[in-house]
Amino acid sequence: MSAPTKHRSAEEIGRTALGPRPFPELGEQRAAADMETVDTTLANGLRVIAVRRSSVPMVEVRLRIPFGDPASSSVGSTHSARAEVLANTILTGTATRSRVDVDTELALVGGELDAVVDPERLAFSGNALMSGFDTVLDVLRDVLTGATYPAGEVERERARLVERIRLARSQPNVIAREALQRHLYGDHPFAKEMPEADEVAAVSQEDVRALHSTAVLPRGSVIVVVGDMEPDAAVRAVEGALGGWTGEGTAVTLSPLPVVQGGDVVLVHRPGAVQSQIRLAGRGLVRTDERYPAMQLANLVYGGFFSSRLVENIREDKGYTYSARSHSEFTPGGATLLVDADTASEVTAAALLETRYELGRMGLVPPSESEVDTARRYAIGSLLTATSSQGGLASFLMNLAGLGLDIEWFTGHPRRLAAVTVEQVAAVALEFFAPTAFTGVLVGDADLLAPQLRALGGVTLP
Amino acid sequence: MALPELHRFTLPNGLRVVLAPDRSAPVVGVSVHYDVGFRSEPEGRTGFAHLFEHLMFQGSESLEKLAHFRHVQSSGGTFNGSTHPDYTDYYQVLPSAALERALFLEADRMRAPKITEENLRNQIDVVKEEIRLNVLNRPYGGFPWILLPPVLFQTFPNAHNGYGDFTDLENATVDDCAAFFDTYYAPGNAVLTVAGDFDPEGAKALVEKHFGDVPARPVPVRPSFAEAAPKGEIRAEHTDKHAPMPAIALGYRIPDPVTEVDAYLSYLVLAGVLTDGDGSRLQQRLVHQDAIVVDVGAGCGLFGPLEARDPDTFSITAIHPPEITSEQVIAAVDEELLRLAEEGPSEQELAKVTARWVSTMHREHDRLTSRTLGLGSAELLFGQAELLYELPAKLAAVTTDEVAAAAKALRPDARAVLLLKPAQSVEENETAQTADGGTE
Repeated sequence: MSAPTKHRSAEEIGRTALGPRPFPELGEQRAAADMETVDTTLANGLRVIAVRRSSVPMVEVRLRIPFGDPASSSVGSTHSARAEVLANTILTGTATRSRVDVDTELALVGGELDAVVDPERLAFSGNALMSGFDTVLDVLRDVLTGATYPAGEVERERARLVERIRLARSQPNVIAREALQRHLYGDHPFAKEMPEADEVAAVSQEDVRALHSTAVLPRGSVIVVVGDMEPDAAVRAVEGALGGWTGEGTAVTLSPLPVVQGGDVVLVHRPGAVQSQIRLAGRGLVRTDERYPAMQLANLVYGGFFSSRLVENIREDKGYTYSARSHSEFTPGGATLLVDADTASEVTAAALLETRYELGRMGLVPPSESEVDTARRYAIGSLLTATSSQGGLASFLMNLAGLGLDIEWFTGHPRRLAAVTVEQVAAVALEFFAPTAFTGVLVGDADLLAPQLRALGGVTLP
Repeated sequence: MALPELHRFTLPNGLRVVLAPDRSAPVVGVSVHYDVGFRSEPEGRTGFAHLFEHLMFQGSESLEKLAHFRHVQSSGGTFNGSTHPDYTDYYQVLPSAALERALFLEADRMRAPKITEENLRNQIDVVKEEIRLNVLNRPYGGFPWILLPPVLFQTFPNAHNGYGDFTDLENATVDDCAAFFDTYYAPGNAVLTVAGDFDPEGAKALVEKHFGDVPARPVPVRPSFAEAAPKGEIRAEHTDKHAPMPAIALGYRIPDPVTEVDAYLSYLVLAGVLTDGDGSRLQQRLVHQDAIVVDVGAGCGLFGPLEARDPDTFSITAIHPPEITSEQVIAAVDEELLRLAEEGPSEQELAKVTARWVSTMHREHDRLTSRTLGLGSAELLFGQAELLYELPAKLAAVTTDEVAAAAKALRPDARAVLLLKPAQSVEENETAQTADGGTE
């Protein structure tokens, strides 16, 4: 490399006359300001959580409508396809606003509003300059109570959805996620995150309108507002805009999932892949379980952050992966532990071996005092940084609300984490991180992977 | 918009420091931006700046391998680094009690990083996995940031792949790393930014304590990367074996953001008029009216606006169904650009773009990570951290005539056209999908 004429060697660079220096102690931590907050339910059944955060003159709005498939199986159900078309067209027309009107009005107040759907919920996410709060609420009111689903918009979005689904299904992580969900949950509607193209093509304007009238319901839904305003005033504004949103019954929550059982990993063939997706899953714990804080720390120690056993082993020691992680996913009525790693084909079997080895080690060589303390301080600190912005706080509170939890859970969580003992973490690690408790899928080029995976065992080959 | 408080000073060793106190939440962000990115890599060492970024996390005189991560995370913090065309950044965001620790960590690796053969080999493997994940194994991987520059630019610094090719990465040596560090990672070639919950006087003392004895070294003279704009339309094709549909990227040259910032910003407004929101020109025309693309986007800079010095790129990208020809898409884009050039946008179109930028900037400032990094990169690239806060007003001052002029300058006879082709025909692709469905 065209180096300068003279430079120090790496050894010379790595030392100074003074030598290593002591690492500073932590300073005094200032507490976060108490949050002014209101959590209430309107007469129409809509729960409203409003929090004041004045860091910037903005407001963040999140609305969550439970949107489960009332059928117990996705086989023969058109719910997923109708829900997807609904989410993609609900903001495209009302009696008084066209699609462009909606975008223009929001843009002029520095605002945005989006709708997305998954097997559990229909979610609106928006923001605007504080001065545009009423505009965002009025657009929300208009679409919730009077979306018209113009025929032309339904037709175009349907065609576009088919293309977008095709694009999504070419992504390795999407291929892996769909295979994993099917493997874990079979025909349960939770597993169907994306409809098939032919199902989408069959959705009519009338189907979408019918779904709106039966499923877009205030009762069971929750709206979170975080911004530079008095929480009481925010609630009054929400009530003024959405108090007239009514409907028969309660928004539909999904039925509980079958519990994840340990078993073989299923190899899914992706011809020509140069990298594989390893996706393992085991049973987790819900946030309200008294062992959850210990589970959270055990997960961090295993693969939940960079300073974890899994990342230090398969990335920083062996260079098998750029990204490896484990995390809890909260599901209807339960929770799942997920382990993800993407590795080159040549080292996939070796990475799977190490991933399982670290699972086994969690129970047999349980987390040490110092591992637990590192995880604990990270858990408490990252909760603080992740919720220090309006948008971060709004999204976090929305997720909690979806699990039936409130702001008290959030403010009380650092205390619960502080109380966890090393023994409690060890107990959770032995029970939940046992390799035998996990199953999963592996997506990659089977022609390259099969000989080593066959030798390793515990993998079902195609 | 009220301008937040900003302090700046320079240490005797040349390190420039920006302090941006804000006591609204008890968290603090610390970043260091070094004035070297992948445009400075020599031939035969593509990807080196990014590989070196990985090595800066691998230990120092005071800290063993892995200690950096553990110290940040056990202080409750998060961290990362990234390599751009013209700079490399490192950051930590932590509870404010850990401010001194963050400064210690950045100073320690600025003073004496430990670069070893073992860590170099390990991180070459990790970087190769990163490239497999983000480019080689993924549909549209590297589109357009890796694929468009070699069409638009002719010189190696501007045209080459910043992620690097595997052979070049494997050929990197420990001595290359030592030379790179000594040349580019001098304190006088860096900007330290501290944003969030701290007292400015106390923070200044801590900065002096930890960075004050990092020895000064000569700062390299930054070469000019200037090169002439294309003389005609330059076309290239790229085959992507994972992509299910074709895609197009159009690349144009834009004014120097350092010397002609106002002219540059008219292109930023133009990008908003073209593709921001359902009512924007290209969304309306290509997605909703003609229905010939799945998605379309436009913007300044392949890493985002104001992320690079001259020469920078304006790009328009679209993914379209195989039944639509690339010529149909390009012709529709050119028609819309011509219309904008002749008639100009309406005042309301500009008002929409401006209002959305005001709120975008507020939201970026509210996220401590983006505020810290934004202040640092603006100070490094433009000598002007305030630019971040002044941007909404500057964008609001852009006129309809200026946007029309920007649209007019996006000429078909001075641009790059990259056509991304799927490897399979439509029919084969559908067969393959069915087969996949069966196996899963």
